[in-house]
Amino acid sequence: MAEFRLPKNSRVKKGKAFKAPKGATNTKTISVYRWDPDDGENPRMDSYEVDLDSCGPMVLDALIKIKNEMDSTLTFRRSCREGVCGSCAMNIDGKNGLACTTGLDETKGDIGVNPLPHMEIIKDLVPDMTNFYAQYASIEPWLKTKSVAPPDSERLQSHEDRAKLDGLYECILCACCSTSCPSYWWNEDRYLGPAVLLQAYRWLVDSRDEYAGERLDQLEDPFRLYRCHTIMNCAQACPKGLNPAKAIAEVKKMMVERQG
Amino acid sequence: MSLRTPISKVRGQGSAGSGTHHFWMQRVTAVALIPLVIWFLYALLSHMGGSRDEVIAWVSQPIVAVAFVLLLGAGLYHLKLGLQVVIEDYVHGEGMKLVSQLAVTLVTAAVGVASVFAVLKIAL
Ligand code: SF4
Ligand code: SF4
Ligand code: FES
Repeated sequence: MAEFRLPKNSRVKKGKAFKAPKGATNTKTISVYRWDPDDGENPRMDSYEVDLDSCGPMVLDALIKIKNEMDSTLTFRRSCREGVCGSCAMNIDGKNGLACTTGLDETKGDIGVNPLPHMEIIKDLVPDMTNFYAQYASIEPWLKTKSVAPPDSERLQSHEDRAKLDGLYECILCACCSTSCPSYWWNEDRYLGPAVLLQAYRWLVDSRDEYAGERLDQLEDPFRLYRCHTIMNCAQACPKGLNPAKAIAEVKKMMVERQG
Repeated sequence: MSLRTPISKVRGQGSAGSGTHHFWMQRVTAVALIPLVIWFLYALLSHMGGSRDEVIAWVSQPIVAVAFVLLLGAGLYHLKLGLQVVIEDYVHGEGMKLVSQLAVTLVTAAVGVASVFAVLKIAL
């Protein structure tokens, strides 16, 4: 059954407050979701007063500064710090996004930072992505062909066909979209979610792929595909400006078209 | 505890091989309901305050009776498809899910047959 209230041991409490160093005049308070699997405590929101005059402009800069200078126990994922790896996806002030491309000045006043919604948490801001990645693997995201590859060249694609991958290939699999989707919250075990369905469509429209029929067969399911009710949260959330809802609608269109 | 691999859980019992028909019928009934509901609301307003005999005479016209049956059929089918989705979304216990789906199917079918029968009884 869908859960509308957090279980008792998941309710978020007020946590510690870390003050800015003396003399800091330009500060911003960032409250961060903290949960440690080893201490048996409830999650809590710790707040950190960050000195903006000695901090980079992005939310990720502030988190790194907190970890380096205020509280080394804070745990989060990051790698590229330029919006291409997808690892720093989190919920910033109620909106899913990448910490490295979200400016600290995008919100007036304090900022609340939480892990991606409705995911199991490993620690602090680190969600367990196992199911998400398994779902991605399940759509077999690679070129599948019946024909034999040309012996002395690559498989060619026209400019028009290549253009069909625009708006799809840019996806960095950050899961901002899927974890903003209510349908995914309620049925993440069976619904593939917007990110994976956008990827599925990326292979369905690839002119070099020869397994569209089998791919559609795999998606022909009330849960895997048809849990999408066009709520459009996904398109709102995508930090790369992609529109998974549209890709899903295209998949449904292909389904209807092949019926007759 | 489950030692099944993540991919085994995701692949589960495989794809059901259906879903498009439900999706398509939901659109078809929605399109059909647009003119039918507008017509119904218009008819309702224009018969406000009419006597019982006037309304019965109106329903007895073949075109009106047919439109009524279409409205009931499309409306209840659409309702059934919609409730089915709500149950699939929110009810996760297999037993409870089965009972609710069964109830929705049987109740909408019974209401449909009864109301069509009522229209025909007036019209024929
Ligand atoms: S459009 Fe579909 S995938 Fe996107 S948020 Fe809505 S239900 Fe989820
Ligand atoms: S579609 Fe956008 S939000 Fe979703 S995983 Fe890809 S990049 Fe992230
Ligand atoms: S650190 Fe790579 S996307 Fe933010």
